[in-house]
Amino acid sequence: MKRSSSLNPEEVPIFNGMKKLFYTLLLFFAASTLHAQDNATAPSYGDRLVVGTIGEPSVLIPMLASDSASHDVSGLCYNGLVKYDTDLTVIGDLAKSWEVSPDGLTITFHLLPDVHWEDGAPFTAHDVEFGFKTITNPDTPTAYAEDFRQVVKFEIIDPLTFRVTYDKPFAPALTSWGNMTVLPSHLLAGKDITKNELTRKPLGLGPFSFKEWASGEKIVMEANKTYFEGRPYLDSYIYRFIPDAATLFLELQAGNIDLMTLTPLQYSRQTDTDYFKKNFQKFKYPLFTYVYFAFNFLHPYFQDKRVRQAIAHAIDKQEIIDGVLLGLGEPATGPYVPNTWPYNPDVKKYDFNLEKARQLLFDAGWRDTDGDGLLDRDGKPFEFSVLVGMGNSVRLNTATIIQWRLEQLGIKMNIRVLEWSTLINEFIDKRRFEAILLGWSIGLDPDQYDIWHSSKTGEKQLNFISYKNKAVDELLEKGRRVFDVQERKKIYYRMQELLAEDVPYIFLYVPYSLPIVSSRICNIKPAPIGISYNLPKWYVPKKLQKNAPVP
Amino acid sequence: MIKLPQTTQALLKNPLALSGFIIVLLLFACAVFAPVLAPYDYKEVNVRAILAPPNIHHIFGTDELGRDVLSRMMYGSRISLAVGFVAVGIATLIGILLGAVSGYYGRWIDSCLMRLVDIMLCIPSFFLILAVIAFIGQSIWNIMAIIGFTSWMGVSRLVRAEFLSLKEREFVLAARASGAGDMRIIFSQILPNAMAPVFVSAILGIAAAVLIESSLSFLGLGVQPPLPSWGNILTSGKDNMETAWWLSVFPGCAILLTVLGYNLLGEGLQDVLNPRLKNK
Amino acid sequence: MIIYLIKRLFAMVPVIIGVTLISFLIIHLAPGKPTDVMTELNPKITPEARARLEKYYGLDKPILVQYGLWLKRIALLDFGNSFSTDSRPVIDKIWDKKLPFPDRRLSVTILINLLSMLLIIAIAIPVGIYSATRPYSLGDRISTVCVFIGFATPTFWLSLLLMMLFSVKLDWLPISGLKSLNYATLGPWQQVLDKSMHLVLPVFVSAFGGIAGMSRYMRSSMIEAINNDYITTARAKGLTERAVIYKHALRNALLPLVTILGLSIPGLVGGSVIFETIFGIPGMGQLSYQAIMTRDYPVVMGILTISALLTMMGNMTADICYGLVDPRIRVK
Repeated sequence: MKRSSSLNPEEVPIFNGMKKLFYTLLLFFAASTLHAQDNATAPSYGDRLVVGTIGEPSVLIPMLASDSASHDVSGLCYNGLVKYDTDLTVIGDLAKSWEVSPDGLTITFHLLPDVHWEDGAPFTAHDVEFGFKTITNPDTPTAYAEDFRQVVKFEIIDPLTFRVTYDKPFAPALTSWGNMTVLPSHLLAGKDITKNELTRKPLGLGPFSFKEWASGEKIVMEANKTYFEGRPYLDSYIYRFIPDAATLFLELQAGNIDLMTLTPLQYSRQTDTDYFKKNFQKFKYPLFTYVYFAFNFLHPYFQDKRVRQAIAHAIDKQEIIDGVLLGLGEPATGPYVPNTWPYNPDVKKYDFNLEKARQLLFDAGWRDTDGDGLLDRDGKPFEFSVLVGMGNSVRLNTATIIQWRLEQLGIKMNIRVLEWSTLINEFIDKRRFEAILLGWSIGLDPDQYDIWHSSKTGEKQLNFISYKNKAVDELLEKGRRVFDVQERKKIYYRMQELLAEDVPYIFLYVPYSLPIVSSRICNIKPAPIGISYNLPKWYVPKKLQKNAPVP
Repeated sequence: MIKLPQTTQALLKNPLALSGFIIVLLLFACAVFAPVLAPYDYKEVNVRAILAPPNIHHIFGTDELGRDVLSRMMYGSRISLAVGFVAVGIATLIGILLGAVSGYYGRWIDSCLMRLVDIMLCIPSFFLILAVIAFIGQSIWNIMAIIGFTSWMGVSRLVRAEFLSLKEREFVLAARASGAGDMRIIFSQILPNAMAPVFVSAILGIAAAVLIESSLSFLGLGVQPPLPSWGNILTSGKDNMETAWWLSVFPGCAILLTVLGYNLLGEGLQDVLNPRLKNK
Repeated sequence: MIIYLIKRLFAMVPVIIGVTLISFLIIHLAPGKPTDVMTELNPKITPEARARLEKYYGLDKPILVQYGLWLKRIALLDFGNSFSTDSRPVIDKIWDKKLPFPDRRLSVTILINLLSMLLIIAIAIPVGIYSATRPYSLGDRISTVCVFIGFATPTFWLSLLLMMLFSVKLDWLPISGLKSLNYATLGPWQQVLDKSMHLVLPVFVSAFGGIAGMSRYMRSSMIEAINNDYITTARAKGLTERAVIYKHALRNALLPLVTILGLSIPGLVGGSVIFETIFGIPGMGQLSYQAIMTRDYPVVMGILTISALLTMMGNMTADICYGLVDPRIRVK
């Protein structure tokens, strides 16, 4: 993919008062690194970015939000204490630095000085304390409190320093201090967190400030002129909601949308025309998500490891990736994403082999005795249902392919598509399912205690497949209590080997994120964490700016 | 009472109704003989032939999983017909029962039932269908049942009106005088005479049910795979309109033809069965 | 007349209670709870946290108690707060007083439906009259087929075809939404023009299906009127055919149409779900689809109640018009 610029303003000191110097530097860079491009492509302020999505945000306070649209928008208003760098290491954001005590039980954060909320009030440790107290308050309807419940003490040392103490070493501790707990205490103290005007009209300290939310239509954000890292180049950021995917794509085609995420079909079949090549830039990178096919261990058919392995042999991951993702994904072999440090590439793999699958099923006692084409055992045919969440055609197509392949083995698999809340409350929570097709979005920390540990099989807990393996339990307990990466790597490598042998899930694929951006926008630098991390540095060269005034 | 020979004869004289009848007949043939006629298994995935345009092997092209569109449409006609018939069957049954009871007994039973009809008519039914399907799951049975349960009101009003006018007629009075019970009078005396308008409205209802199924598919609430329905083929075509026209044109035309066929047939029947509307 | 009106208004109360009770039971008895959507499949949620959420929204009480509480609040015109994470009052979502009048969701949907109703009437009545006065002629047959094709075309398919033609290929009309991004900077007349351009396709599409039904009703009700004795009398009196048709038959044929229009309101609200989703229009249909998909009970109930109210008002208006036009059924 050709990028129109190779500038890296990250290395350039940006201060409002140094604009002149800044421009000179940029011109110099432009002239030396870009071929055949005049200085019209230099960064300049102005223009807008119109982002199109299907979903509308619901609330703009990060700790209350559970949908990605809300997080996308509120993430532009609020920064975190720490963030991931492009190479996935943790670096400071609002925290200038931090110290972890040798026993790993306390972290002391030092905040950046001279950071202000948009209304001019200074940002201090009291704001973080307020956020911490709010998120751990049992009355706050949030889904993110559990990491913070591990904290036993929160002390403010001075306005720019605070210390948190854990009762046991907790490896994911540092990364949990993202943007969930940064809130303007001077505006929210004493108010109900769910019913105050900041839920729909945030006032933050991030690169963009909120301007307008037209329900069912759009959210308009403007460059925060006082952003502590310098104002973004773009004047405004508009988030448009169009509920229908086909309409959204037509809007992109008509040039009314600058950025959206494509489906695999759109990426490979509908945007390879000259028109798109000329006017847009496409990106692809793996998401921190894996999609899997899970067995319920309480179901008698699936307690036999041979049956699970047979089904694994009957699923052609490459066929799914080619057919459903059109090659835009990678096969998954375990609960981590390829090319991250906990990922173990050398676990046992199940090649697509119907003969082997048949043999394994035969060994497990499944054979077609009555000649109806279905395998049976003790007079019962091999039939089960797989549950799929609604509104995701990629997953539904995946299930359809698996269904077709299993039919060839003599297994009848029905597909039930369910609306999310029914799926979770009635089926997953009550363990009323036989198999399920789902995805986990994983954090960068490899701790997956809640998903695999045998103590987490209670009602409404996340080990809903009731998987129990003592060796895995021990590894999980050890893994979250040590900090050394090499040592953790060994632990999680071993865990992946055990999971591959046991096949509690059939890990199917890691999908790619497929954003497309107008070629007007310069300075997009794809990294393992995506493209939007340096959004404030995106710009439109003066010549290409749309003259339309800011709405 | 519907007199079959005359009705058929009259229908044959009406070219629009006749063409409707032929369309409906062809659809039935398609649905019944789908396993014989379909060139492929409608479930057969082929990732090497994704979205292939119409060609010698696949006259209607293939879909996003490389399945043969023609075969899927043939099997889809079964689903569309089933949804139409069962949903309308349920609606007609409820409508006849409530309408008959209401019209025959009158008084408080009538006012209670008609209040219920008023209430049901005030509920936006498509909205209710959506909510129920989304909440209890989108199996084909749920879809048929909920469409049926939300569309009986018209039938019950029709039946009630017929009953009101028929129950004072001589043949009913005669039956009553000869000691026939209520059930007998309702079902063997009055009802057969009240069936003509019900029949017409049922035929029109089938067309409406086929359309509701396609709207549900558009919102992701239609029948579940691997079952094909015209609605869900059309919906997958919607996202590929420019690159795979065959995915939307063929099922779109199928829906259009079906709805057209049922409506023409229904209208034709109405003209035949309702002499008052007949032009002199 | 006033007594009649008051009577009618009182008669609405049991219907409203019936509508809400039926809807409430259906919605709340379905499996699943709205709190699940919020907690989705978050690896960090505990059962206690979920139970807390349920209590917070009052979902732990028996269903009839919940309905009683709900009804009590409705009596005070309080629709409650949304279950979605923004917890806004339901009435704010439907009728946001902070927005200018035409931008509120309810007015958007009503406006589009009124316009499409006008379009339906404007097309369906002439077509119906034409067909009724020349039944079984070639013209009648052609219009019958055209009308059914309109009825049989799935809305979403037609919308996308029109968008591709008029918006992408020809660039005459905007694709989606109600206003352009630069709406605020336009002058008042340009604003009206901008909005009208956005409304063309949605109004056309939502009217499309209705034209068929309405013109068929018009046709049969007109044929029925023409076959009446008074028309024969009028003809016998030597009136011109024009006068017979337009003065006598038409007036009588229009009456049942008024009732049908009143009854079509719930269907329009339902139809809005489809075209508002396709065209990205911030109206009631879009809101109701979102609410259903996130199990936002208060919003779903609010929309059902309001559309039921609208329907009843529509029916009442139709009845009053009926009474005004037709002396036979005028109330004493």
